[in-house]
Amino acid sequence: MGYPNQPHQRETPVLSRYFGDAEARSLEGWRKRGGYKALEKALGMAPADIVNVVKESGLRGRGGAGFPTGIKWSFMKPGDGKPHYLCCNADESEPGTFKDRELMRWTPHALVEGCAIGAYAIGAETAYVYIRGEFTEPLYWMEQAVKEAYAAGILGKNAMGTGKRIDVHVHKGAGAYICGEETALMNSLEGRRGNPRIKPPFPAVSGVFGMPTTINNVETLIAAAPILMNGADWYKKMSLSNPKSTGTKLFSVCGNVQRPGTYEVVMGFPFKEFLYDLCGGPPHGRKFKAVIPGGASVPIQTLEEAEATLMDYEGFVAQGSMLGSGGVIVIDDGQSMVSVIARIARFFAHESCAQCTQCREGTAWTTKIMERIRDGQGTIEDLDTLLDIAEQMTGKTICVLSDSCAVPVVSGIQKFRNEFEALIQGRRFHPVIAAVA
Amino acid sequence: MTPDLVGGLESPDYASHDRAAHDPYVPVFTGDVKRQLDELLARYPTKMATLLPALWIVQRERGWVSEEGMVEVADLLELTPAYVKGVVTFYTMYHQHPVGKYFIQVCTTSPCGICGAEDVVKAFLRHTNTGELGVTSPDGRFTVIEVECLGACGFATPVMVNEEFIESVTPEKVPDLLARLA
Repeated sequence: MGYPNQPHQRETPVLSRYFGDAEARSLEGWRKRGGYKALEKALGMAPADIVNVVKESGLRGRGGAGFPTGIKWSFMKPGDGKPHYLCCNADESEPGTFKDRELMRWTPHALVEGCAIGAYAIGAETAYVYIRGEFTEPLYWMEQAVKEAYAAGILGKNAMGTGKRIDVHVHKGAGAYICGEETALMNSLEGRRGNPRIKPPFPAVSGVFGMPTTINNVETLIAAAPILMNGADWYKKMSLSNPKSTGTKLFSVCGNVQRPGTYEVVMGFPFKEFLYDLCGGPPHGRKFKAVIPGGASVPIQTLEEAEATLMDYEGFVAQGSMLGSGGVIVIDDGQSMVSVIARIARFFAHESCAQCTQCREGTAWTTKIMERIRDGQGTIEDLDTLLDIAEQMTGKTICVLSDSCAVPVVSGIQKFRNEFEALIQGRRFHPVIAAVA
Repeated sequence: MTPDLVGGLESPDYASHDRAAHDPYVPVFTGDVKRQLDELLARYPTKMATLLPALWIVQRERGWVSEEGMVEVADLLELTPAYVKGVVTFYTMYHQHPVGKYFIQVCTTSPCGICGAEDVVKAFLRHTNTGELGVTSPDGRFTVIEVECLGACGFATPVMVNEEFIESVTPEKVPDLLARLA
């Protein structure tokens, strides 16, 4: 639901149903709301059957890449004689994204349950939940939930009395955006610097501690429980546009908008109605100008593109962007696009692990040039330089942080070139001052 | 009360940093704290995997991670001090030098930036008498820094004071917020 706002009638709260309901945080409260029934059901099934249900449901990774979850789980070969691991990626750091924070601080047991189901399905006895260090509140609630689950015999060497071993451990990060990249997360978990690894080998072959590993986002794992309870068909039917995008999706909305918050809608929901009805439209006296719909690393949409979008994996691509993590950053006509993009570039320059030259140098120079233009010191040649650097930063590095920095710059220059040129030609940025009634 | 192993809401002992900086080094991992580390070691197949949690414990106990602290952790986990330092310097949340009693982090990344985070930073710098980012106030109470995306963009501007996460801070709220810390 539209936490912290009242739920909107057009939302479909499946995962967000108990946001704001403090009782749902305890084991007792969670059980009263039907908690751990899905785990009980899962432990009575063969792991391959769970994987098939998830495959059939069409659930795709909610962290950003949208890879089909059931297929990812099926890469974990049973009976290879090696320990398997599940890692839950709770390093939510993509600017604009704060849905996993709400999931963990309101429904921590949902994630414990999701981790236990996922671990069992991929033949793992241990799941690690890697939570970013700044998330003190989610860390606290997750740790309480894990403790309660152990005390109640839900986790441990005899999980729910089935004789199966399932351990879930909370691991606290220490401040690094890059640790949300799955191979960097594994390095960090092993006690290393969070540098991404070259793929292949892929995690399913050689992941954390060199063993077969699956890494799933918080929202993905939590979605497994309702899918098991209600069936793949129920989930598959929740799709308003493209049948390849199924289920509900949490969108966290921030920036220049009346009602920022976390909303849950069925895949394919019209973005225009989402922005104006659910989120309440722009602040008083302003107009929307641009939207970054999937966290800071996806292409910027013009308002026209955003208004024509149907909110699913394919729908955002069709309108010049990506679904990404579902972190919607809304920008109104009072903002300078050059300033916004310069700040995004600075973020990536700060967060580059500096392993690859293209990224280390590219993010730093992009930031310098963007800030020079922002401050009225740029030249028209700078735009070509930026595009040239962006090309050198794309598809040439170990991970996609470098590409992520290039994306908003390129889409910004393409779609808002007039704002860049105005600053270069010595015209200061004047926010549109609309008449306030 | 024994602190949680992983560490959620409890505040590090920032006040003790002066003692730790000037006196002969006193090991962190003795008694209950050593037992906590042993419990953590059982969670992972390698000793090295407890490095980040062990460094968090050092910071919780001492308010920062000193070179001596890194050596102690290195010895316990059978790593070299240089390796440990390499890890400490990678992550932004380990303090490599003492900070003020209240360590204030203000998110200024784009989503908060377009909602006025810069003004919140200015208000903190003014009202804490630190004047400059990263500098500790003359009375040793405050250090203010800008931080990259705290992951609470819908609650602009989020601010962390030590381990406390405060949502929707505006420049007007800063004086009251600081008064509460007195």
